[in-house]
Order: sequence, then structure tokens, then C-alpha cells
Amino acid sequence: MFSFCADPSALPTWQWFACYLTSGTHLAFYWSFGTVLLLMALAAPSALLFGFGGALAARSHILPVSWIGKTYVAMVRGVPDIIFFLFVPIAVDQAVEYLMHQVRCPDWAEPIRRGSDFVVCAAAKVPLSSAPRWVHDVYAFALALLAFSLVFGAFAANTLYGAMQAVPKAQLETGESYGMSRAQVFRRILLPQMWVFALPGLSNLWQILIKATPLLFLLGIQDAVYWARELGGAKTSLFTYPHPDWRLWYFLALLVFYLLLTWASGLVFERLMHRVNHGQATAAGERQRRGGRG
Amino acid sequence: MSSRTCFESLQQYGLRALGREFGAPLLPRGADISLCDQIVLIGSGLLWNVYFAVVAVALAFFFATALALGKNSHNPLFQRPSAAFIFLFRGSPLFIQFFLAYETFTLLPRVGIDVNLGLVTLAADTGWLTRAWAGALFVLFLNTAAYTAEIFYGALRSIPRGDLEAADAYGMTGLTRFRRVVWPTMLRLAWPSYTNEAIFLFHATTLVFFSGFPAWQQSGDALYYARYFADQTFNPFVSYPIVAAYFVALTLVIIMGFGLVNRRLNRHLPRAVRSRLKIRPQFIR
Repeated sequence: MFSFCADPSALPTWQWFACYLTSGTHLAFYWSFGTVLLLMALAAPSALLFGFGGALAARSHILPVSWIGKTYVAMVRGVPDIIFFLFVPIAVDQAVEYLMHQVRCPDWAEPIRRGSDFVVCAAAKVPLSSAPRWVHDVYAFALALLAFSLVFGAFAANTLYGAMQAVPKAQLETGESYGMSRAQVFRRILLPQMWVFALPGLSNLWQILIKATPLLFLLGIQDAVYWARELGGAKTSLFTYPHPDWRLWYFLALLVFYLLLTWASGLVFERLMHRVNHGQATAAGERQRRGGRG
Repeated sequence: MSSRTCFESLQQYGLRALGREFGAPLLPRGADISLCDQIVLIGSGLLWNVYFAVVAVALAFFFATALALGKNSHNPLFQRPSAAFIFLFRGSPLFIQFFLAYETFTLLPRVGIDVNLGLVTLAADTGWLTRAWAGALFVLFLNTAAYTAEIFYGALRSIPRGDLEAADAYGMTGLTRFRRVVWPTMLRLAWPSYTNEAIFLFHATTLVFFSGFPAWQQSGDALYYARYFADQTFNPFVSYPIVAAYFVALTLVIIMGFGLVNRRLNRHLPRAVRSRLKIRPQFIR
């Protein structure tokens, strides 16, 4: 990075650290925080989408559909999320390869599951083994994202379902008495009103999502935890920057990063809540009406 | 195919999670793995999950009460540290806390702790803290104490004013007032959320053996074995559903147990008012 970094062993302390902290691997470490943020940015809307689907299914008047929705929510509740994070990527991966195998190699005679092996023909590998490295990375990330969306979608479905139930029935009936169809009542009355009831739960979910992101490490993705372990471990004099075991400091940095993140999003949600409460028929909304800017 | 009968699996792996001495020294491998092996060994790993959850929740209950009272106190000497502790453990991921604690514990013996007792100096052995049974339990204890304290703190603040005024009117003060009025009401208000926290913590125990704490002699928790089998057989569709089923069953047991306590906490209320512990699954943590 800097011109004086050619021979780090002869540098004074501050210059040594300047070189050390801008080395190639450290830049990868800083980028990995971007991976974490990207996961959160993508997982939140897609979990909301899954949640919406789940909540609508649970509310459905068609019995089997409502069973599916309710089972989805209850199942994720009874099982530790880590099991899903471990299970979903490998299960989906095998399912996709199985389907590709059926399509691309229909005349393959041998069984796919042999003893303790899972073998598909070379053309059915996803991604193809000839694909460049970034394709593999993106695929692994997409599978992780799917696992996060499934788990947090179930959480969100539960919150949204509760919020939809909490909208006063009288308001929906008023809509119907104006001659609105069920879809119109949903779109014009239920949807805008439910957010005030959903927001406390969703803000809590967002905090849980933040605190679940280090689990990306378990899925073999090179996230911040991976680099912290990698860079912090003791380096012998064979390395350009030898140092003893510094993992403690790296994990302290991660701790601070996450504390800042949860603290900042707590502030954002407080402001958002204030805005959503405006003009609502809830205790907080009433307080705002009486107290001016409350 | 496996050469063992189900009974032999039970004999060899029923208590294997406790250590090598409690069963077959080696885990089954590759094609030698039978369905019974998976069910037995994962069930045996569950012992660790139950141990971590029960001990951490039971110990944290008292610490959390103290923390909640501290955060609710007007004295900044108690209020500040309690609030900071709760913020620290609720604001950061448990996973990072595990890593951080493990790194700290591995550094301890090298630094060496000398407890000075005036005449004699005791060199405290801290090596056992790097083992999961103590180190991970310690982290889980602190973590759930922080979450529980926040729940208790919320409950403390929503104790009806009338209850406190009634206590004052009877001339109750200090410990009597706390023991007879504040504490029972706090527990009653907090109980549904506390149930939820206990479930969350039970599920969080699966993180222990993925977070730095090594599984000595291949004795780990339920998920450790489930992952072991998934890696060995390359088939996630057997071992993960087994471990999931175990957890669903034990979660139901937790809900039932906490429901019984909830009944006892509300036993003075008229039957119609008495709230059944509704487990609308809340994802509040």
C-alpha cells in the first residue's frame, strides 16, 4: 500500500502497523464486512417476502393452504435455526443436482446415492466444475441467503400474521360496507394499517438477523469471522508480518462492529416507529396527538 | 450395511457423548452407519444441550433478577453497570461472544492467575475454562442472564401501581415488600417472555461446538453428531430431521414445564381471569 512497505521487518512500530493493516489479506477482511452487510440487505427483503407468503397462507380460507402456512411457522419455531442453516444449503444443492442429473443424463444407469456418496454426472454439477471461482462463490452465497430467508421468513410470517389480526375488525367491515372487494379491503385498509403493529416485531427480527450473520462462517463463506480467525492466528517469522496470537483483538473488533450495528439500527427503528405511529388508533399514536410532537 | 443391532448401538453409543470411556471409543464411519446409530448417538449428544440449557437458565435466573433490580435502581452505581452489561450481551452475537471467551480463556493459563491471600499465593488453574462444559456454560449463563434481565426489567416497570401502593399501605418495606409483592408480580408478568427466552437459549446451545470450543474425544452435542453423520454419509436428509425432531419434542417439554409454573404463579386469580400460558410463538429476543 505505502512505498515504505517493501521490507516491513525494519520498520518502526507505527509504520509497521500501517503496512500490516493495509496488506492484501486485510483488505479482503475489510471487504468481508461488505459481504455481511450485503447478506443483511438482501436477506431482509427476501425474508419479508417469504413472511408475507407465509402469513397470507396461514390466513387463507382454503384449509390445506392455511395448514401449510401454520406448519411452516411452527416448524421453524421448534427447531434451532442453526440446523436450518446447515441443512438447507446442502439439501437444496443435492436437490438441484439431482434434477439436473435427470434432465441432462437420462441414460445414466448407476444409482446416484452409493453407500456414502452422492454422484451425479459431470454435466449435472451445479455450478459446473469448469466454472470460474466467482460463480462458485456466488452460488454458495445464494444458498446461504436462501437458508436465511427461509428461517427469518418464518419469523416474519409470524409477526405479520399477528399484525394482520391486530388491525381492528370494524375498520375492515367498514371497508366492506363501502362495497370494496376483499382484495381492495386488503390493499387499502389492512396493508397500510398493519405496519404499526408489525414494526416492533420486525425491528426485533432485524436485530436477531444482525446477530445471526456470523453464522455465515459455518456455511464456508469467507465472512468477517473467517478472516478474523485467519488473520489473528499466530504467524511465524516465515510470514511478512510475524505476530503472536492476536485473535482476541480481532474478535474484539468484530464485537464492536456488531454493537455499533445493533445500536444504530435501534435508533433508526425508534424514529421509524415515531413516524408510523402518527395518526394511528393506538396508545402511542394517541400520545402523539395529544402531546403535539410527543 | 451395519453389523450392529439396535440394542448394540444403544449399548455402545447411548452415553458416548459423555466421553470415550462411556461407550465405543470410535464413532461409526461411512457405510457402517445404521439408522439406529444415528438416532442413539444424536440422542446421546442431546445430554449436552439439556445440561447447558438447564444449568445456564437456572443459574442465570438469580443473576438476572439482580441485574434487573440494578437497572431499575435510581443509584447510578448499580444502574450504569447493569445497563452496560445488558447492552453488551444483548447487542452482540452469541457466536462472537463464544469466540471471544474462548480466546480469552486460552490466554489465561499463560498469563497465570495468582490469587494473593495475604500469606499464601494460590496459583489458580484456569485450564478447565477452555473446556466446553465450563467455558461455554459460562458464556451461555452471562448471555441468557442479560436477555432475562431485560425481560424482568420490563416486567418490573409494568407492575401495577396499585399493587405497590397496597404494599405500602400495609406498611411493608424493603425485603418483605420485594418478596411478597414486587417479585411475584414481576415473575407473573415476565413469564410468557421468559418461556420464550428459555426456548431460545435451549436452541442456542447447539452453537457451542461450532464456536471454538473443541469437542474432546469426539464427544459433542446433538448437532455436532448430526453434522458428523451428514458429512460421513453425505446425506443430510436423515440426521438433520432426527435432530430437529428431538428439538421439537424437548421444546414442547419446556413449554409444558413453564406452563405448570405459570399456573402456580397465577393460582390466586379467579379462574376466569387466570391467563393460560399462550404460546403464541413470539420471536422476541
